[in-house]
Amino acid sequence: MRSLFLERIVHIFLLICALAAIIVTIGIVVSLIGEAFRFFARVSIFDFLFGLTWAPHTLSTGEAKGFGIIPLFIGTALITLIAMIVAVPCGTLVAIYLSEYASSSTRQILKPLLETLAGIPTLVYGFFAATTLAPFLKNFAEFFHISLSSESALNAGLVMGIMILPYMSSLAEDALHHLPFNLREGSMGLGATSSETILRVLLPAAFPNLMAAFLLSLSRAIGETMIVVMAAGLSANLTFNPLSAVTTVTVQIVNLLTGDQEFDNAKTLAAFGLGFVLFILTLFLNILALYGIKRYKRIYG
Amino acid sequence: MAPKINIKQLNLFYGDKQALFNVSLTLPAFQTTALIGPSGCGKSSFLRCLNRMNDIIPNIHLEGQVLLEGQDIYAPSVDVVALRTRVGMVFQKPNPFPRSIYENVAYGPRIHSLFKTKAQLDNIVENSLIRAGLWGEVKDRLSQPATRLSGGQQQRLCIARAIAVNPEVILMDEPCSALDPIATAKVEELIDELREKFTIVIVTHNLQQAARVSQQTAFFHSGYLVEAGETGALFTMPEDERTQGYITGRYG
Ligand SMILES: Nc1ncnc2c1ncn2[C@@H]1O[C@H](COP(=O)(O)OP(=O)(O)OP(=O)(O)O)[C@@H](O)[C@H]1O
Ligand SMILES: [Mg+2]
Repeated sequence: MRSLFLERIVHIFLLICALAAIIVTIGIVVSLIGEAFRFFARVSIFDFLFGLTWAPHTLSTGEAKGFGIIPLFIGTALITLIAMIVAVPCGTLVAIYLSEYASSSTRQILKPLLETLAGIPTLVYGFFAATTLAPFLKNFAEFFHISLSSESALNAGLVMGIMILPYMSSLAEDALHHLPFNLREGSMGLGATSSETILRVLLPAAFPNLMAAFLLSLSRAIGETMIVVMAAGLSANLTFNPLSAVTTVTVQIVNLLTGDQEFDNAKTLAAFGLGFVLFILTLFLNILALYGIKRYKRIYG
Repeated sequence: MAPKINIKQLNLFYGDKQALFNVSLTLPAFQTTALIGPSGCGKSSFLRCLNRMNDIIPNIHLEGQVLLEGQDIYAPSVDVVALRTRVGMVFQKPNPFPRSIYENVAYGPRIHSLFKTKAQLDNIVENSLIRAGLWGEVKDRLSQPATRLSGGQQQRLCIARAIAVNPEVILMDEPCSALDPIATAKVEELIDELREKFTIVIVTHNLQQAARVSQQTAFFHSGYLVEAGETGALFTMPEDERTQGYITGRYG
């Protein structure tokens, strides 16, 4: 009897914990949407989504121009793209090495090392970008007579790529390592070499989980702020040139909300507008990914 | 019958642990040899020595000789990739690749470039599936994922995949243990037909199966080859009392 009663208590307690998490999430979304709509009451959503100029700080309160987010999204996309170009191929190759080629003793040293790297605060990466990589890139560019500002999308993207690399490779390594051993045997038994097995059997078989690793890394890149503040700057230039300074959505959110702010003018409310669009975008990416992975798994088991 | 594979004084070690002791056995060409014995006696270990599948396992050490048509497959000059096309393998659990039925069978021919035109490859795939007795069931859905087939069909697909590279020997490690009786009967029938073209070695825990499909049977016990001989004779008049005990079900 007593143990049954205890079970019920535990059950209810755990239910409350679960509900609390859900309620907080709903609360966040609702407040985000609420503030975003207050913003869209002042600035047309069309001007916001398709405007080509981002200059909220030059405006006096209540003015509706200068809230075009296209430069921010292009800045985000540019930096994220550079980061993924670094992190995805390198991360996958590191994962392949660790999972398929490294001896178990090498693996036992390298895997925890990678996981440690993945845990370093991004601020530290930001320092690295600003104080080490930026001057290096600048000198390097000067050697070829290209002028490069010390803040650039390239700089931020490269460091962000380095930051994501251990994360990506750790996830990809898990994806490969957990494939059934009998797939390897099947392929080797037909006279395939290790590299043929990896390319033709293991990578396709791990594809859904590699895709998940890719998307988790992508979300991290999109959400990353510190590195961009320190390495890419605040200027909202509308450009695809990786050598120029750009800024991103998250950086501008921080920028809009820094200092004592009243939440009643378009300038601060714009942060919620940005947050809202970012939220929709990442939600869409995640749903797309889940759908794709599910579909692939349904087909190939 | 000419010997296809000749195993001489084979000792196998996993690290310090010895798994096979002085095993010598001859596998006649175009016959099926069944390997039987209690769990953990070394049947799989022995089988995997015959196409060097053990190479994948770290810390393994081997002494003795395995001669394939007189040539030692562990000689330093031997190309393992080429060896495995001559000695193919079918595993206990069906392990189709997560790709289409067609691509599963085409896998071996592709990596070994066994064809020049697409038509030739189509031909290899069709013939292998016909020989594996699966063609009728899958000919209309070759582009579907292999993982959607039933377990028995998957195992026959794995057999088709193995014969697509035209091996001389096929090793099978408990190929029917994950299958129901009907699927098992089909695979057994298939093994009997394949004997015309291939030399077959099959590990099985099912003694009736060993009796049905094999011409020679070898009985292993704790890493030793206790007794080997013509299947009928071994089952009716075993020489060793351990063999007698095992086949009459007194232990194992
Ligand atoms: N990779 C390995 N590392 C270390 N020991 C192994 C390994 N594989 C097998 N062994 C050991 O070698 C011995 C023989 O194993 P093996 O798998 O060959 O037996 P088996 O006859 O195939 O058994 P079963 O009928 O259960 O499949 C066992 O004692 C087993 O523990
Ligand atoms: Mg076994």
